[in-house]
Amino acid sequence: MHPAASVIIFTSLSGLGFGLMFFLGLGKPDVSGGSAFVFFCIAYALAVGGLLASTFHLGNPQRAMKAFSQWRTSWLSREGVVAVAALLAMGVYAALLIFVGIRVAPLGWLGSALSITAVYCTSMIYGQLKTVPRWNMTTTPILFLLYALSGGALLAAQLPFALLLLAILTLVQILSWMLGDLSFALAGHNIETATGLGHLGKVRLLESPHSGENYLTREMVHVIGRKHSFKLRVIAALCLGVIPVVLLGLFQINHLSALLIIALHVIGLFTSRWLFFAEAEHVVGLYYDKR
Amino acid sequence: MTDLPTSTTKKLGLVIDLDICVGCHACVINCKEWNTSNYGAPLSDIDAYGSNPVGTFLNRIHTYEVKSDDKLAQTVHFPKSCLHCEDAPCVTVCPTGASYKRSEDGIVLVNESDCIGCGLCAWACPYGARELDAAEGVMKKCTLCVDRIYNENLPEIDREPACVRTCPANARHFGDFADPESDVSRMSAARGGMQLMPQQDTKPVNRYLPPRPKADIQTDGDIDILAPFLEPVAETPKGLLGWLDKALEAL
Amino acid sequence: MNHHQPDLDTSPEVSDEIRKTTCYMCACRCGINVHLKDGKVKYIEGNRDHPINKGVLCAKGSAGIMQHYSPARLRAPMKRVGERGEGKFEEISWDEAFDIAAKHLAPIREKAPHKLAFFTGRDQSQSLTSFWAQQFGTPNYAAHGGFCSVNMAAAGIYTMGGAFWEFGVPDWDRTKMFMIFGVAEDHDSNPIKMGLSKLKARGAKIVGVNPVRTGYNAIADEWVGITPGTDGLFVLAMIHVLLKAGKVDLEYLMRYTNAPMLVNMDEASDEHGLLLRDVQGQFMVQDRVTGKPAAFDKKGVKPVFTGEITYQGTKYTPVFQLMTEKYLSDDYAPEAVAERCGISADRIRRLAAELAHVAFEQEITIDQPWTDWKGEKHGTMTGRPVSFHAMRGISAHSNGFQTCRAIHLLQILLGSVEVPGGYRFKPPYPKPVGIHPTPHSYATPGGPLNGPHLGFPTGPEDLALNASGTPIRIDKAFTWENPLSAHGMMHMVISNAHAGDPYKIDTLFMYMANMSWNSSMNSRGVMDMLTDKDEDGNYVIPNIIYSDAYSSEMVAFADLILPDTTYLERHDCISLLDRPISEADAVCDSIRWPVVEPDRDVRGFQSALIQLGSKLGLPGFVNEDGTAKYADYADYIVNHERRPGVGPLAGFRGEDGKGKGRGAPNPEQINKYIENGGFWQDHIPDEALFYKPWNKAYQDWAVERGIFDKPAPYLFNIYVEPMQKFRLAAEGKGELQPPDHLRAQLIEAMDPLPVWWPPYEEQGVDCDEYPLHALTQRPAAMYHSWGSQNAWLRQIHGTNPLYVSGEVWRKHRFKEGDWAYLTSHHGKIKVPVVRMDALNPHTVWTWNAIGKRKGAWALDENAPETTKGFLLNHLIHELLPSKGDGLRWSNSDPITGQAAWYDLRVKIEKAPTEDGVSQPETPAQTSPVGQGPKDIAYGEEF
Repeated sequence: MHPAASVIIFTSLSGLGFGLMFFLGLGKPDVSGGSAFVFFCIAYALAVGGLLASTFHLGNPQRAMKAFSQWRTSWLSREGVVAVAALLAMGVYAALLIFVGIRVAPLGWLGSALSITAVYCTSMIYGQLKTVPRWNMTTTPILFLLYALSGGALLAAQLPFALLLLAILTLVQILSWMLGDLSFALAGHNIETATGLGHLGKVRLLESPHSGENYLTREMVHVIGRKHSFKLRVIAALCLGVIPVVLLGLFQINHLSALLIIALHVIGLFTSRWLFFAEAEHVVGLYYDKR
Repeated sequence: MTDLPTSTTKKLGLVIDLDICVGCHACVINCKEWNTSNYGAPLSDIDAYGSNPVGTFLNRIHTYEVKSDDKLAQTVHFPKSCLHCEDAPCVTVCPTGASYKRSEDGIVLVNESDCIGCGLCAWACPYGARELDAAEGVMKKCTLCVDRIYNENLPEIDREPACVRTCPANARHFGDFADPESDVSRMSAARGGMQLMPQQDTKPVNRYLPPRPKADIQTDGDIDILAPFLEPVAETPKGLLGWLDKALEAL
Repeated sequence: MNHHQPDLDTSPEVSDEIRKTTCYMCACRCGINVHLKDGKVKYIEGNRDHPINKGVLCAKGSAGIMQHYSPARLRAPMKRVGERGEGKFEEISWDEAFDIAAKHLAPIREKAPHKLAFFTGRDQSQSLTSFWAQQFGTPNYAAHGGFCSVNMAAAGIYTMGGAFWEFGVPDWDRTKMFMIFGVAEDHDSNPIKMGLSKLKARGAKIVGVNPVRTGYNAIADEWVGITPGTDGLFVLAMIHVLLKAGKVDLEYLMRYTNAPMLVNMDEASDEHGLLLRDVQGQFMVQDRVTGKPAAFDKKGVKPVFTGEITYQGTKYTPVFQLMTEKYLSDDYAPEAVAERCGISADRIRRLAAELAHVAFEQEITIDQPWTDWKGEKHGTMTGRPVSFHAMRGISAHSNGFQTCRAIHLLQILLGSVEVPGGYRFKPPYPKPVGIHPTPHSYATPGGPLNGPHLGFPTGPEDLALNASGTPIRIDKAFTWENPLSAHGMMHMVISNAHAGDPYKIDTLFMYMANMSWNSSMNSRGVMDMLTDKDEDGNYVIPNIIYSDAYSSEMVAFADLILPDTTYLERHDCISLLDRPISEADAVCDSIRWPVVEPDRDVRGFQSALIQLGSKLGLPGFVNEDGTAKYADYADYIVNHERRPGVGPLAGFRGEDGKGKGRGAPNPEQINKYIENGGFWQDHIPDEALFYKPWNKAYQDWAVERGIFDKPAPYLFNIYVEPMQKFRLAAEGKGELQPPDHLRAQLIEAMDPLPVWWPPYEEQGVDCDEYPLHALTQRPAAMYHSWGSQNAWLRQIHGTNPLYVSGEVWRKHRFKEGDWAYLTSHHGKIKVPVVRMDALNPHTVWTWNAIGKRKGAWALDENAPETTKGFLLNHLIHELLPSKGDGLRWSNSDPITGQAAWYDLRVKIEKAPTEDGVSQPETPAQTSPVGQGPKDIAYGEEF
């Protein structure tokens, strides 16, 4: 799949933002007043910024409101509805916390639940797609949730949680890459099954429908080299989890090192999210004999 | 609404005969020509005369080469457009309800005025049947010429999709798969009509008729059956001319 | 249940009006319905009533909108202001354009009409253009057949009075086995696709003989991936096998061919090899009953096919015996040809056996009585349901004429021409060679030529030679080098004119022929010739007038441009006097008419030519008082009469508009055609549908329709006697003698029985050095160079890779995305390669005419057509490599002069991929029309 900046930013940032909100809703850290304001600002900036980024890839963003209507069937619609609900619930919760100084705990729990549900919905936009076997795995929602929670824990300075979650995330991410590498074959797709011509022999594309590109090849047929992808996976794994875990486990964390860890994690997150898209093979690529 | 109808009265669709498609692209262009000035937004061509022209097409033909160890390599032309799936994943993923499947005939359509151009439906389609128009920002797809097949301004004989009407090789057929007696149903039954990517559980309505087996180098064994037709009447020119005289006498 | 769906208008209005005309996106000439909305073309579809396409339409036809509104359309007459080749022009008025043209042409006509060379390309108005050239008086006229398919036309007409391509058609409804040789998806494309579909529906077998398995060959039930240039050998091997098995239709041969005719065997005789005739000039056979020679058509005569007879002291042998002796030779045994053809001996035998099986065991009979030309009545029509078709893969070789003859011989031996299930002619064919004109080339300054330029020579006396033996024509057509060059040799015009051989010309006038690019061999060389200057700084070819509708590569090389219209803006007639669109069951012709008016200062070329003709005062174009006879082409189409009562259009003639084929001009004729959907057809009576050359009812009907002026029954020529006349000359007999260096070639080539020789280029180059054959094919969705300006079609074929066989791919360790150098004896190009296994292992090929010159066709200079696209033309030379005899031999068929495009031999080697740009790179030409718009969304306005 084409690793478009808009969707990478959208999923990464909104995940971080809702992850942070999850913790804020649970009262971790137990902040109020100015510091609460800062935490919530960060959470909102990330979540709303991510959601706004997602509209950049729309052909007709002015009709975006229509996207709230199909929550019964569409994960994308659900994501919109839940994200807005989470932002609203959290908004009320935060306002009361910051300006009135009251923590309405059940509202916070609700906000936390909605935030994490929003992340789940986001993950299911991808996880539901049978057409992209690498995404169509249970690891997809697990990963998205882990990313949100571990990133959220880091941002919320919940270091013991962060340490644990980052360690799990790193393992699950590596496992998911490995499973993902098998997913296409396991789904039973190849050019012979796609064309139904397998009974005649080995199939290969002789001529593309058009000699140039088209929407499908640009959007869904992205081929990245094995070596390149391995390098990026190593970088991603080191940044998003391995180094942060080592640093968190072995060193005393101050503000500066916390920022460094967060920065490293975000680099890892973006790299892995780029790979999430770039490595994902859509079955339509079979018709173009491009895998 | 993006709920699929629980059932459709008709299942309109196409039979595409891979045994006769010569890959001439007639259907591709006639489809483009009809649809660019009919249903919905035009099918734009970006950088039309430039270095990287990319246009929106609702039907494209791939050309494959198929090779096995014991046969000559074979070329198969493979037209592909929307298969109007019974379980169309492109419909259910749509966040706005722009994508829908018609309950009366099963045609999958995009209501462009509701389309935000998120592209998710194209991702959900295994077949590459949907293309986002770069100029209009809405999703375009085969409408099965819904503006032809019922169009009272067209003579009845022309009320079929443009690709079917124009196909010079008669490789495309239109009809109702819900009716087991329809031409398309019969044709599909008789020739082993295939669904594409059945593993995707989309239940495509369109069917592909596989290429018929080719006579090949392997069939040279048939010379034994046909040998009587080449039994020499004589081994030498002289002998042959003698035979000929007799044969002519008999005329 | 939550399903909701919007209301939809399923009956939108389609258009304001439908206008029916004839397509011109290729030479197929389908009927089209042009839907207009608000005066603009909204949609084009096939016309269901039209005899050619019956409603279907190909990709090109459907993309007509983009051709019509192409940004490459020329806008007004132009005169060159830069150097030739640069593309710098100034727009001028039509008056000025005509003045310039007349200033060049009027003095030429008065003094030396041959100084005008007038050649036209893929137009369909040769009946007019040849008439114009004839009235001008230049011998130098032809259309593009010489580099297209003259081998097919000439071989067919000399052999059986009709040919493949436009002149006939397999009996799609009845044939049970169909062999198609060397046909890419071009020409007659919709009818062939429709026909193949009919065969598939009936379960008939399709055998594709072609080195490349695309298109029709892809769907063939059997593919024979023959080595290029060896089809003749393959066919003669099948003939060997069939003859040996006695699987030939003796009755057919006896009745309808010259198989029993007697050949003079006396080598000393001046008539050696000619056929015995009686005093009335009638062919004679040996009568089985009397043992004596007798006129073949004498009542009760039963001919002998074998033996030898002495008559008036001379020995004679029947054609059939000569043929049998020739083809039973072991040289034609399947084992002897298998390796060369790349087809196993077993396979050759099996295919021959299948043909025999279908022809003789599955014959079909139609319950339809008929009467032959001798008055003999037949109760039924019996046919042998095997049929054949062949095109450029056969014709574009230096052995193409004889190879095509070999296929016709196979058809005839099987008794499968003009019978149910076989190959059928389309009126005005069948038409024996004898009633075609012979070539004419004598002119007196200021007067017209002595007859039509092109025709079919019957012997050396019909050659276009001066008394001194030098060629009269600039293209050297109808000379000893290529005696039967029935379509002229357009591909030689520029190089001959540049060399001043046989003489210098003053003005080169061309129409719709991209000679500086894809329509020439050696494109770079041609560009140099067109721009070459003499010591005085004048162009070697002094004046070039060119007419085209679009900003093609050739436009840049002209001094004066006459801008043509698009096909939707013009009048045309697809005339029986020219290239027919008839069907085997009906005679048909059609028109084009301006379904939309031009929005530019352009004129249909034919109208411009007529107006120029009147300005020059050409006879036939002016009245006695010197005023213009025709206002424009439409006027000419209606009012011109070639013979009394016979004009360009056959339908709706006469004052009442009821005349069919004959009748006075009808001023309402074009309107009648328009009312009738743009065409006219008249069905052949049932009893006249088959055996047309010998069928009395057909012959009488054809006379009524003005096709002939009297019945013209004839026999098929297994043995082509006129060819032997050239051989006799080469043997030293007769007054007209060829130059010595051509004697051996004439004796070998002008064999009156089909024969095969290896393509000339491979005889002239080291085949170990150049081990591969290189071919081009036209894709179904593109026609020559026209398609690249078409926003829709160019997306399908914007580049053309070189396809190489799996064997070559492995040998050279090519990988996806690789480039290669392809080298011939003449040149070297750099091209992208793609692997293809369904390909003859010794062959590489590409799509034709995709590569474009920068600046042409209103494309961006970095369009893929200019950066990655390429032409094979750069590797092909109009001359063969030197043989060391001091002579340069032409790269063409020695009989017809047909350009031997497909004889090309090459070697391949890996090239660096670096810039990903094909070579050679030709510097850009300036576009006189600018560049096309960036993005388009056609149909927005509707």
